Amino acid sequence: MFGPSFLNAWYVGTIVAVIAGTVGFFVVLRGEAFPAHAIPNGAFAGAAAANVLGFNTLLGLAVCAVLAAFGIATLGRRDRHDVVTALALVMMLALGALFLSRSGQYEPQIFSLLFGEVLGVSTIELLPVAALAVVCVAAVVFLYRPLMLSSVVPEIGEAKGVRASRMELAFLVVVALATAMTVPVVGALLIFSLMIGPPAAARSFTDRPLSALLLSVAIALVTVWLSIAISYFSNWPIGFFVGTLGAFSYAVGRGWAALRRRRSVAPVLVGP
Amino acid sequence: MHRLLTWIFEPGFFANQPVHVAIVIGAAVAVVSGVVGVFTILRGQSFGGHALTDVSTAGGSGATLIGASPLVGFVGAGVIGAVVMDAIGIRRVRGRDLATGIVLGASIGLAALFLDLDATTSNTTGATQHILFGSIFTTESSTVPIVIAFSVVSLGIMAFIYRPLLLSSVSDDIAAARGVPLRLVGLLFMLALAVAVGLSALAIGSILSTALLIGPAATALRLTRRLGWSLVVACLIGVGGTWLGLLLAYDSYDWSSSHQGIPVSFFIVAVQFLAYLASGLPFARAARGRRPLGISAVG
Repeated sequence: MFGPSFLNAWYVGTIVAVIAGTVGFFVVLRGEAFPAHAIPNGAFAGAAAANVLGFNTLLGLAVCAVLAAFGIATLGRRDRHDVVTALALVMMLALGALFLSRSGQYEPQIFSLLFGEVLGVSTIELLPVAALAVVCVAAVVFLYRPLMLSSVVPEIGEAKGVRASRMELAFLVVVALATAMTVPVVGALLIFSLMIGPPAAARSFTDRPLSALLLSVAIALVTVWLSIAISYFSNWPIGFFVGTLGAFSYAVGRGWAALRRRRSVAPVLVGP
Repeated sequence: MHRLLTWIFEPGFFANQPVHVAIVIGAAVAVVSGVVGVFTILRGQSFGGHALTDVSTAGGSGATLIGASPLVGFVGAGVIGAVVMDAIGIRRVRGRDLATGIVLGASIGLAALFLDLDATTSNTTGATQHILFGSIFTTESSTVPIVIAFSVVSLGIMAFIYRPLLLSSVSDDIAAARGVPLRLVGLLFMLALAVAVGLSALAIGSILSTALLIGPAATALRLTRRLGWSLVVACLIGVGGTWLGLLLAYDSYDWSSSHQGIPVSFFIVAVQFLAYLASGLPFARAARGRRPLGISAVG
């Protein structure tokens, strides 16, 4: 399980978990679950296109994910945000289907792009993934204060000169970059589970933002490590374990929060 | 003239049995999705509707695994998902999004497992493609009565709850004051939504079915501000767009020398997406008045 051919899976899984836990924390805080679900699907189209045209997959993923982020942020200003997100999402998925139908090996490709294939990571791919991860974490650290401000109290943010719409765009681009590197590993559909489950659970356990952020990363790490290990032994797809463990951690978090509320009379500060 | 017609409709389009089935199924699905979709948008439940499509993915792949019809799996899982989401759904919109996302993530995980088992254990080929990206051209004609029956059920529910649903979509408070059982109406609507999603999953694929649900309705709501009209327009755009997609896919077999067709679901989604973009153009926006829909809908 820890042999040289399998080591890359552990490295990449760890990087992915750290990124998903960090970025996902702000996704949950800002209530942007739907865009966070849609952008990976845009990336799916990019990967499929890169496949057909013979580009680097990671490049295709990054370009298309960022395009999807811009599209949602721009179109969303004019109409209902969720409607635009939904339509952009299916359009990108349909494009992905189109590109994949042009390439020969339709079915295995769909499966690995949508549901992930942690074993398919080679050592050459490791470096760009790590580089993108550093960029993502740096962006979150750089944006931490204004992002926090505009997420929790947008009015005060505006008063201090943090433009909500610009912050939205910047954040969606960070989500896009995080997506680009994680799609080949856990798949376009399941990176979402990893971005939502652990942070949502973490927020049930603590109210302090920084500890919640760290806890979110920790839960994401445990989820990914467990998923890789069980997937190795059972030979079942890793996506199944990521999805169910994500839901499970959320359920535990909800249960804990309910218990805590019953015990203490003092109102628990639940975020916006 | 004849030449133009044969150029638009490739020979054999109207004589082709699978095309007949596709035209009937496409129309039924588009009408149901159009009606349900308008309310989905008005109630701000686009994400919930989309999540149900992913739940139905798990259902469809699970049904294939045990040898049942995918349609039964799509609708069955959708109904279960709707009840679960209603049960854990919190009133606040943001909490609802999170609960929705969790259900979505868990069901995608299940779908991953079922599709993997479909591919490895059973000898059905192409299950992944059919379930995710639709099978409107390969559906057997024996499925048509089932599709019609589900459509009638969904539209029946919508007719039954039309007034209270409208009221609660505009304002929960007014509806509650008038004695509308909000919880029951919301649940019934989710059931109608689940059936609609299951039907369009059969037609254009479970992960694309959001296009038929949200696309025509969003375009219609941009073109007209009266609710009754928007329902009619959504149905027309849905049916017209679906048929256009079928035609383009059929014709696309002759576009390249290798006779490699383009997936029909791509065309159906693309037509709806372009229609939505076009409805945002200046001339289309001018056609719409300034009053928000909520006010005229009640009046």
